[in-house]
Formats: sequence, structure tokens, C-alpha cells
Amino acid sequence: MAKGLLGRKIGMTQVFDKDGKLIPVTVIEVTPNVVLQKKTVENDGYEAVQLGFMEKRANIVNKPDTGRFAKAGTTPKRYVKEIRGNDMNGFEVGQEVKCDIFTAGEFVDVTGVSKGKGFAGVIKRHNGSRGPMAHGSKYHRGVGSMGSIPAHHIRPGKRMPGRMGGEQVTVQNLVIVTADVANNALLVRGNIPGANKSLVVVKHAVKKH
Amino acid sequence: MSQQFINTVTEQYLKTDVPDFRPGDTLKVYVKIVEGSKERVQMYEGLCIKRQGQGTSETFCVRKMSFGVGVERTFPIHSPMVEKIEVARRGQVRRANLGYIRGLSAKAARIKEKRQ
Repeated sequence: MAKGLLGRKIGMTQVFDKDGKLIPVTVIEVTPNVVLQKKTVENDGYEAVQLGFMEKRANIVNKPDTGRFAKAGTTPKRYVKEIRGNDMNGFEVGQEVKCDIFTAGEFVDVTGVSKGKGFAGVIKRHNGSRGPMAHGSKYHRGVGSMGSIPAHHIRPGKRMPGRMGGEQVTVQNLVIVTADVANNALLVRGNIPGANKSLVVVKHAVKKH
Repeated sequence: MSQQFINTVTEQYLKTDVPDFRPGDTLKVYVKIVEGSKERVQMYEGLCIKRQGQGTSETFCVRKMSFGVGVERTFPIHSPMVEKIEVARRGQVRRANLGYIRGLSAKAARIKEKRQ
């Protein structure tokens, strides 16, 4: 079954696995999500569930949204996102979705917006290598060749400096270490994109599904 | 706020029976050793030369002289592989990190016992 949750990245720590080894984990806060709407093939042309996450003050919600939240019988939510996938039978409109839909050992994909790096050079942005820094070298951290002279133009796709980070990144096949329903927390092995406190989407692993 | 949340989530991994010890103390550490399918406990005794970190990541380093060679082992305090920690002797030191002890030998490396 396709499934997913919205959460907030809290930060990283370490926990012990059953062999007594310390493993790095990222803590994701997953307060219960609410199903706001179900999209169906007959109605919308595709299957998905729309989830709402985190409270929002009622006085800053516009009228159309107020109606949408009222339809699902819930309070206004700060983040609204769709989880797309086939076989969404486990979800009903107005239902609260908690982190217990995932179990320990399950594989997930985590999507977030990566930290902005600003205007970055080729070395940082495209993993380029640098030239010698001394011994009369005049080539240090440059872009390198722009291509052949007879081409008379720069080939599309030439790796150049520019804005880096602040884009959507998905890390696939991360393992759930603990799904802590009491604390509304998911512990995922390894690191996930984005700054602390940023919104992340935890979905079933596409490649393991 | 975030750190608080991490602490509540990782609380279940922490031990409650860790004795009170600090650098300068002589410790007996009972370490579980897994050999194939068998498991046994080995004792490792030496001087605690530092203690660092917090929560699940807290570790301590124990130094001992083994056949004239200095051996230092770092253990995570809350690791399930560390079965028990015993304080054999309390030492009187004025540092939190006793790295200087590596350069000293025999008589100079002695540490005064703490007077209760």
C-alpha cells in the first residue's frame, strides 16, 4: 500500500541498535496528520491523499481554505501536501494518520528542501577538482575549459558556478529505526535533506515497494 | 526546544544505573564480547582519562598499561555492550581531560586518592 506522512526535521542523534552498535539517526517530529481529501481516478484522474500537518491560527486562514478544512472536520493546518500512489484504501477523509503506519526496519524515501548554499563555484557545486594552489600555478579553483574552439559556442550542460541548494531533494531507501507513537517521532537511519525544523515528506520506498 | 525533543525520544536508550564517576577515577568496565554465537563478559580496568558528550552519545576513555604498552579504550556509557561500570578508586585531579598522563610513566603517572 502506498503511504506517507508529513513531518518536521528535528535534528540528528545516535541510538543503539539490537547488536549494541551506535547508529546515526535523524529525528522527525510527526504530529498526527489529517486526511483532508482523497483524490480518485474517476474524479481527478489520479490517486492520492491530501494530508494536513501542524496547526495554524484560524484568523490567518482565507475563506476558501477554511471551507476545505471544515469539510474534513478538522482545525486549519499549516502544511498541506499530497501523497500520490496507487491503492490508498487505508485512508479516510478526516482520519488522523500517526507514525505507526511505519514499522521499524521498513524502507522509506524522505523528501525535503536542501539547505541553501548561495552562489557556489564549480568545485562545491559539481564536485570539480582544483588546480595546484602554488608553484606559479595560475589555475586554482576555476571552471576549466569551456569546450572546443571550432564549436564557437558553449555546449549546453556545461557545469558552471551558480546558485546551489534550496532545491527539493529526495533520499531513497532509508531505514526506519523506531516509530515512536507516544512521542510522535520517527527515527530514520542516516541523514535527510534540509535544515532543522524544516518540512519533510516521509514516503514508502519507491524502489522497495 | 529541539534538543528537548531529542532527549525525550532517546530517553529509552539511556541507562539509569550508571555510577557517578569522573576523570581520575580508576574504573572496572565489564564489557560484553561476542564470539560467534557465544557471549562472555570481560573486565577491563584502568584510569578514566576523559568523559565527553551527552545523552546517548556520551563516552568515556579508559587507559591502562598492558605489558608496558599504553592501551586506551573509549566506551559509550549507555552502550548495551558495557554491562557494568565499577569505580575501584577515586582520584584527586584538577583536569577534566588527563591527556598529560600519556607522557608520564610509572611513579609520575600516579594519581592521588581523593580524600572523602
